[in-house]
Amino acid sequence: MPGNGIKIAVQELDLYYKDLQALYKVNLNIVVNRVTALIGPSGCGKSTFLRALNRMNDLIEGVRVKGKVLLDGYDIYQPGVDVVNLRKRVGMVFQRANPFPMSVYDNVAYGPRIHGEKNKRRLDEIVEKSLCDAALWGEVQDRLYRSALGLSGGQQQRVCIARLLAVKPEVLLMDEPTSALDPLATLKIEELIKDLKDKYTIVIVTHNMQQAARVSDTTAFFLNGEMVEYGETGVIFTKPVDRRTEDYITGRFG
Amino acid sequence: MTVRVSFDKALVALQHDILKTASLVEKAIYDSVQALVKQDMAAAAQVIMGDDMIDNLCLEIEDRCIKLIATQQPMARDLRIAITGIKILVSLERMGDHCVDIARATMCLSGLLPIVKTLEDIQLMANLARQMLKEGLDAYVNSDVERAREMCAKDDEVDYIFAKIFRDLLAVMTADSKAVVQSAYLLYVSRYLERIADQATNVGEAVIYLVTGERGELN
Repeated sequence: MPGNGIKIAVQELDLYYKDLQALYKVNLNIVVNRVTALIGPSGCGKSTFLRALNRMNDLIEGVRVKGKVLLDGYDIYQPGVDVVNLRKRVGMVFQRANPFPMSVYDNVAYGPRIHGEKNKRRLDEIVEKSLCDAALWGEVQDRLYRSALGLSGGQQQRVCIARLLAVKPEVLLMDEPTSALDPLATLKIEELIKDLKDKYTIVIVTHNMQQAARVSDTTAFFLNGEMVEYGETGVIFTKPVDRRTEDYITGRFG
Repeated sequence: MTVRVSFDKALVALQHDILKTASLVEKAIYDSVQALVKQDMAAAAQVIMGDDMIDNLCLEIEDRCIKLIATQQPMARDLRIAITGIKILVSLERMGDHCVDIARATMCLSGLLPIVKTLEDIQLMANLARQMLKEGLDAYVNSDVERAREMCAKDDEVDYIFAKIFRDLLAVMTADSKAVVQSAYLLYVSRYLERIADQATNVGEAVIYLVTGERGELN
């Protein structure tokens, strides 16, 4: 599978929360260096699907998974997979910015330190580079050693993105990363996402359909645990194939 | 400072490609009239074949405008850029079609005696129409309302020459029944050029709408 542009291949994925089936035979190829948006109404399974990509669902009791999630061709649900390493390679940004109650510097250096980096100069480099890549360096370079909690919501979210970038992930999963932000901070994050895709593969869940349209290259529409339609974003939003997709994106749902 | 860097880039690319299409159309106007004047059938055939490229470009750019509207939700001036893009493309496509019409008329004139005076006037019209198109697109890239208005004023000159050609050719046909066929085709050609100039004024109106949000009839 690796080498043909597919970073994650999801095959026939079923997911159950105890007796409740949340995903039904989902097949989806996530393409490298592209932004894939997952859209659909509440409860459609898009966040569940996103969390299945780095086994975040393992933390919920009673979750069962059938089918395959191949990262560079290797099934992440095989026995013996190092989940910590998996989540380093496939990192996640959450709905509400959740910086640690420590300085901006320590937030970003946290991951590399845990993974054993002690050299101060190298840490400085990683912090600066990560903050630059998160389009935040210019705004925080004078206050690196003050608490990250003193930053605005949009800046906090970018600290979290920088913290993620510091451990050199390959895939970024974003679960409604701007739903707690104002429109301008939202546009900044969206612009950042477009810049980041040159280096990373990005999957974003958003309730905001317009955001999916603005930011993504490909879009997958989920409904009742099924992946209904997947295609190039420009096509999905101008001439979707499935009637249900059309009804959803035109607001005629139900 | 702009936040939507990639969107702004897409808008710039859009305008750039519209300009590229316009330059092809400008060339088609020139080439079609040169083919007519020189009775060059191969050149006329080239114009007809070249129109496919203009059509394809127009469709491709129009698709991009549609996708930008669908995916980027442009507002205010950004929205007017996308909408104006579509309107200008429609005008360009139509101008290209008229060039094909001129090339077809040229082929029908093959072997017939030329009416020199009218051909001179037709070249004048073509030069004016090309100039209008060029200035309309300059006004478009520079958001220059004044330039758009000045350009549209040139349409009166085009109409004047068209009326003159019409009178001249009526006189030719009345005097010499053997010249009726040429005259009829040249009348068509001058009409096509008159329409091309009208389409250029549509570009001017689109520019004024883009910059000011106001509508106006300029021809």
